[in-house]
Amino acid sequence: MDAQTLLLSQWQFAITSVYHFFFVPLTLGLSVLVAIMETFYVRTGNELYLRMTKFWGKLFVINFAMGVVTGIVQEFQFGMNWSEYARYVGDVFGAPLAIEALLAFFVESTFLGVWIFGWDRLSKGMHALAMWLVAIASNLSAFWILVANSFMQAPVGYAEQGSRLVMQDFGALLTNRYVWGQFPHTVFSGFTTAAFFVLGISAYHLLRRRHEEIFRRSFQIATVFGALSIFMVILIGHTQAQRMVEFQPMKIASAEALLYSENPASFSLLSIVDQATMREIVSIRIPRVLSLLAYNRLEGEVKGVIDLQNEYQARFGPGNYVPNITVTYWSFRLMVGSGFLMFFLAAYALFRVMRREITQPIFRFLNVYPLAMALPYLANISGWLLTEMGRQPWVVYGKLRTADAVSPNLTGEMVLVTLIGFTLVYGILMLADIYLLAKYAKVGPEPVQATRSLEEQAYWE
Amino acid sequence: MDLNTLWFLLIAVLFIGYFVLDGFDLGVGILLPFLGKKDTERRMIINAIGPHWDANEVWLITAGGAMFAAFPVWYATLFSGFYLAFFLLLIGLIFRGIGLEFRSKDENPVWRRFWDWAICVGSFIPALLWGVALANFVRGVPINEMKYYVGHFGDLLNPYALLGGLVSLLGFTLHGALFLGLKTGEPILSRARHAARRLWWPTTVTLLAFTVSTYVFTDIYQRLGVNPGPVPIGAVLSLMAAGWFIYQKQEGWGFTMTTLTVVLSASTIFLTLYPRVLVSSLDPNFSLTIYNSASGINTLRTMTIVALILVPFVLVYQVWSYWVFRRRITGRQEELHY
Repeated sequence: MDAQTLLLSQWQFAITSVYHFFFVPLTLGLSVLVAIMETFYVRTGNELYLRMTKFWGKLFVINFAMGVVTGIVQEFQFGMNWSEYARYVGDVFGAPLAIEALLAFFVESTFLGVWIFGWDRLSKGMHALAMWLVAIASNLSAFWILVANSFMQAPVGYAEQGSRLVMQDFGALLTNRYVWGQFPHTVFSGFTTAAFFVLGISAYHLLRRRHEEIFRRSFQIATVFGALSIFMVILIGHTQAQRMVEFQPMKIASAEALLYSENPASFSLLSIVDQATMREIVSIRIPRVLSLLAYNRLEGEVKGVIDLQNEYQARFGPGNYVPNITVTYWSFRLMVGSGFLMFFLAAYALFRVMRREITQPIFRFLNVYPLAMALPYLANISGWLLTEMGRQPWVVYGKLRTADAVSPNLTGEMVLVTLIGFTLVYGILMLADIYLLAKYAKVGPEPVQATRSLEEQAYWE
Repeated sequence: MDLNTLWFLLIAVLFIGYFVLDGFDLGVGILLPFLGKKDTERRMIINAIGPHWDANEVWLITAGGAMFAAFPVWYATLFSGFYLAFFLLLIGLIFRGIGLEFRSKDENPVWRRFWDWAICVGSFIPALLWGVALANFVRGVPINEMKYYVGHFGDLLNPYALLGGLVSLLGFTLHGALFLGLKTGEPILSRARHAARRLWWPTTVTLLAFTVSTYVFTDIYQRLGVNPGPVPIGAVLSLMAAGWFIYQKQEGWGFTMTTLTVVLSASTIFLTLYPRVLVSSLDPNFSLTIYNSASGINTLRTMTIVALILVPFVLVYQVWSYWVFRRRITGRQEELHY
């Protein structure tokens, strides 16, 4: 193993994960929204909801396929590029992955197939049930993969056996306090992503006064769903930050560019740090606010990067335990910033919806929602960058360093080949995906085809 | 039976399930540009596997997950050792899946032709690589005393493994042709029958050649003797029977027989392996086994309970989905969702 193999493998993992997570959140949320729309159709028999379901369902399916194919890469790369990691934690980490496939992926894929192809083969209720199963399974899969990720963030329920970790207590994995922040935060982020997706496309059509009825109702549904979700995201995000102070103080110190421990601790408005010399170049801070975020009171110590580095050297031996401060600092701000922006946009949309004023009398405010579709994506990606890069140099916090996790038999050239290969393929597919999504989003809902009666069908066959 | 054996069995079942189910998807994908001339015909072909391919692929994802959970060292050594092979496999599966989903969502003929070939090549690569991989499992690959793979990508491309690749490539394609014979109407039906007749001979010849060379290149002779037992013999016999039914134009029975062939051939590989999971070509003592590669007892126990609860459900709703879509695709517009 050499430094090049490690670096290239890290890039490959980062690109694959970011790419994969570009599609997943929309799947988590849009499956639920489409299921809700189809339930409205089943309950009211109103064909408007059928057209709505089919329109959003088509966009859902295009997005879903991308999540599926990149998900396999995600599963295989733990063994391909990170075989030392797989050997070290496979005993604990493999189980949630296997359960995810067995419990969630089978349901998701089978019933999505049934949903896409089963319009004239199933009763209306069964068909809607298929989408509910897809929605439930997608969100269940999020739980299991986050159980696995939470183990990397805050290892629990294991015992050390020779040079590997073995599972000691499966229940502890499931009740890991870390996952009960991460799971709802991720799921509600997914719901928010879908809500803003629907808001944006609906606003686009409403501004052009096309298919007004369908998109007005879509907008209403997404507003309620989105306002609720983003509120939950922020609420849970706050408790997660508190857990970060408790479990991974280095991550929050780095995300706050806090070099020395403070009590009460200040919140950074703008910090630029030269990480090589560990010196602040610019530092504008508000006193006490970080303590408030960390402990819900105006005092309390938050440890700084340099103090933690010294503490970790004493505990784990010589080494550099500081993550990339610039990346963690800005990704934290990007995530929180877009989160609050979405909160205000969702709240304002809710205000307009409650006053029944989406399209009447003036609707210029709708102009902002197509642009706001980018916000959840920014927040999702920066959130994961903070989570994963803030944990460095560890791959399993306090247990295994990323540098020790890479496959020993790989050469830099091999990883370079696959890195270029995957990146090219991802690029091509992204273009095709965006082209299709834009095309179908712009075309709008199709008119409902007259369904043929059973006798007619018999005649045809 | 100890839990290690149970998990070896379960992973074998998952892989075999994957080969049977995605095997015909891959075969159908390979045949797509050759059996479908007009656009509607090609749509008939991909709609025949449309509702199922994704769920079929999950068998592989589950097999990978189960391997990771129950035999982490197997998973780690195999996936890192066969690095470039898995890379090619993934690229193939990516293009195949996206091709199926995207192909008919735009009318542009260039777009459709591009994805048609993406599906074909994306099916061809995995169909070939699975045979190469399985043959290498039993033939042995350079694994040292630390359980690390110390060979190169080229080591995997030995004649025996390539012959294995040819078997899986031809076998899956034949399996796919029979599936199309079951699931489509004219004109695809006649063409699928014709393809099955043309594919059956070379498949049989390569399978026989592979079986014989297994005696030369692996330790099966020391382990099993001249008479390999009912499983490999059954594999060859079922393929013979498939030939008979193909000429009788009985796709139902033909498909059942190729299913048996896939099950029994893959079972032969796993039986030859047991209790090893990867054979070392350097020293038999370095081989990975279900004991030196396994997770601890807690993980195996937990996973056993989870699997016993969930697997029956999976089987029931998957079978149900095949029942829902049992009708032949005849090319009417409203049944073409892909």
